[in-house]
Amino acid sequence: MNFDFSDEQKQMRDEARKFLSEKCPPKAVREVLDGKAAYDKALWKGLAEMGFLGVAIPEKFGGAGAGHLELCVIAEEMGRALAPVPFSSTVYLAAEAILIAGSDAQKQKWLPKIASGEAIGTLALFEGKGNPSPKAIKLTANGGALNGVKKPVPDGAIADFAVVAARTGSSGRDSDISLFIVDLKATGVEVKSLTNIDPTRGQAEITFKDTKVEPLGAAGEGWGVITQVLDRAAVLMAFEQVGGADRALEMGRDYALDRIAFGRPIGSFQAVKHMLADMYVSATLARSNCYYGAWALSTNAGELPEAAAAARISATQAFQHCAKNNIQVHGGMGFTWEFDCHMYYRRANAVALGLGSLSYWEDALIDRMRKKNAA
Amino acid sequence: MNFDDTPQEAAFRAEAKAWIAANAPKQYEDELRKASLGRVQLKGANILEVAKAWQKKKAEAGWACLHWPKEYGGRGATPIERVIWQQEEGPFGRLSAMFIIGHGMCGPTMMAFAGEEQKRKYLPPLASGEKIWCQLFSEPAGGSDVAGLRTRAEKDGDEWVINGQKIWTSGAHYSDYGILLTRTDPTVPKHKGLTMFFLDMKSPGVEVRPIKQASGASDFNEVYFTDVRIPDSQRLGNVNDGWNVSLTTLMNERMSIGAGVATGFPELFDFCSSLMLEDGPAIENRAMRSKLANWAVKASGLKYTSMRAISALSRGERPGPENSIGKLVAGSMIQDVAAYALDLQGAAGALNGPEDAEVAGKFQAMLLRAPGTRVEGGTDEIMRNIIAERVLGLPGDIRVDKDVPFNKIPTKGRA
Ligand SMILES: Cc1cc2nc3c(=O)[nH]c(=O)nc-3n(C[C@H](O)[C@H](O)[C@H](O)COP(=O)(O)OP(=O)(O)OC[C@H]3O[C@@H](n4cnc5c(N)ncnc54)[C@H](O)[C@@H]3O)c2cc1C
Repeated sequence: MNFDFSDEQKQMRDEARKFLSEKCPPKAVREVLDGKAAYDKALWKGLAEMGFLGVAIPEKFGGAGAGHLELCVIAEEMGRALAPVPFSSTVYLAAEAILIAGSDAQKQKWLPKIASGEAIGTLALFEGKGNPSPKAIKLTANGGALNGVKKPVPDGAIADFAVVAARTGSSGRDSDISLFIVDLKATGVEVKSLTNIDPTRGQAEITFKDTKVEPLGAAGEGWGVITQVLDRAAVLMAFEQVGGADRALEMGRDYALDRIAFGRPIGSFQAVKHMLADMYVSATLARSNCYYGAWALSTNAGELPEAAAAARISATQAFQHCAKNNIQVHGGMGFTWEFDCHMYYRRANAVALGLGSLSYWEDALIDRMRKKNAA
Repeated sequence: MNFDDTPQEAAFRAEAKAWIAANAPKQYEDELRKASLGRVQLKGANILEVAKAWQKKKAEAGWACLHWPKEYGGRGATPIERVIWQQEEGPFGRLSAMFIIGHGMCGPTMMAFAGEEQKRKYLPPLASGEKIWCQLFSEPAGGSDVAGLRTRAEKDGDEWVINGQKIWTSGAHYSDYGILLTRTDPTVPKHKGLTMFFLDMKSPGVEVRPIKQASGASDFNEVYFTDVRIPDSQRLGNVNDGWNVSLTTLMNERMSIGAGVATGFPELFDFCSSLMLEDGPAIENRAMRSKLANWAVKASGLKYTSMRAISALSRGERPGPENSIGKLVAGSMIQDVAAYALDLQGAAGALNGPEDAEVAGKFQAMLLRAPGTRVEGGTDEIMRNIIAERVLGLPGDIRVDKDVPFNKIPTKGRA
């Protein structure tokens, strides 16, 4: 058994960490946070040059062809650094949807552009409140034209194209849903930026009016693809969350060693020590669940749906837990705009929602465990 | 990243599997499989005898104490082979409970500090389960604060004379030998005046009094020493160096990374899957699913944490303090899981007569045993200290008594 990343993969993680610590210091994250830019363009370009955007895209479609384990280690570093770029929407959502359902021609058209950083993509799934569900999709695609509103769409305001989930039937079954690729510069597309809890990852509302579309995958098979994309993205996002959790823990630990109160470092007070120990425990459990998810993702194992849900739940909990207690360890300083704690707190709570809430994944996990037990 | 055995590991696993299939006491398999924390019993059989017989059989065929050297009753196996064995032994491993302290802690301490002749004499019967050992550390005055113990050892010629009291000693009532930590110099700071021995539990002056536990069972004891004489040749390590010797013992606890700790989750999941409530199957209830999911990811998190540790072991790395999280997480989890399973049964959850014992009785046994899990081998608080200090590098607790001679440390009623 080798339930760990290989030396080469760890080396790639180190490389990504080094790159991000140089090109994406907290100062760079703040540029986007403060609204000075929609995303960090220089970083995006750098990520493309490093080959990180196409790491799981096959070579024949312009990627590095390394694989999903490699993408996991990079995802962890993106989360650690709070990279303010449309990485998750483009790489975990759009690229994965095209990899799963795209024709050769579509792959040839979009994947090289994703790998090179030329095209930003996203998935337009949600239509207001609620969790992923075929029933929640009202936007229609009839005769090759799209009509309806999607919101929130992650990175929608800066995306060049979107994979859109639309209703193409009225049977009341999952087969009513089909997927389309839409060029967001096309006529009949209106994009509005929305403010949100974590400005370093933008959200948008996109209105489609008789927009011309191109089908992605077979008609009526959209929901199956969405489920697969969400499962894969859940594992990848969970690595981002674990990266963020680890960094929040580290910040808390460092501050606890540094700050003196009552004549001793606050890290010598047991209440603080135990809080940090519990942060370590939750981050460790999440990391282990993530490794299982990574294994299932990279081998396309039948366990993926269950593993993805477990990774997602555990990483969501860990990131939220570490981010909130990091502020507590920092005291009043932690509550200031100036300290970086709130950036992790925002991100932890933003990414907890983007792929379906905790309760959605809890429900999914138990369903999947039941199916496995029944089989 | 994979779950596959290397060719050597696969060969070892196949050999273990075949031997277990041919030799394990299969008549108890079902009962052992169904046993959960706090509830390993065999109907119509004395578990101590069944356990000893299985251990003896393993020892004769070279499957006991796998990682010990052959000359001391082991097999010289690698740590990873030991884990593979545990995985294959499965429910039969539950028969090892009474050997754990001897094999996991006393044996390694003997190996590190006893003379060669003693090792050859005492270790093989310990490995084979013929002799059972216990660990006599905790005292009323020294539990978490082990070094606060008061049991005195005074030199008298070639012998030491022991007076005092131990408490919470697991298995003392059926143990043949014990390792014993004593105070030999009360005039120096507490960690500096301790000495370790091993002794025959049948020695004159040793009195074992079983303690009835919260669970109703009696697995641990008080042990009283009145003028017990131990030959100096049974001293382990140097005089007044007992603290270092005991650290070896405590560190060895960590080496026994299991194939999984009990969390109560599989039992709860099975129960919830079949339970019908007034408004339909329990598992279709939203609130319940949320609770289940939360425990599910803790249980899987622990499982995959131990797989990561096993992978590190197979690369030849030694387990570190990060492996303390299993007991810490599982202890409170099993307590919560069991309470929830009882809650689901409403008023009937309180019953545990023969008809109700299968469900309520099982979770009640877990509930009543779990507090012990959170205390034994280091309390939750001590575990958190270990993680904070040794993994995260935070400062140690302030120890006001560290440099004070032991007999000058204020105690209750004497301050
Ligand atoms: C089932 C069981 C089996 C056992 N078997 C054995 C055995 O075989 N041999 C043996 O020698 N011992 C054995 N023990 C004893 C066990 O090791 C001790 O009970 C344990 O170390 C705690 O010590 P204590 O009971 O004195 O509690 P105390 O040390 O009095 O602790 C009481 C409370 O204070 C807290 N506390 C203490 N110190 C600190 C600190 N520094 N920081 C924060 N909180 C603190 C504890 O966490 C706990 O909540 C066993 C115990 C149990 C429950």
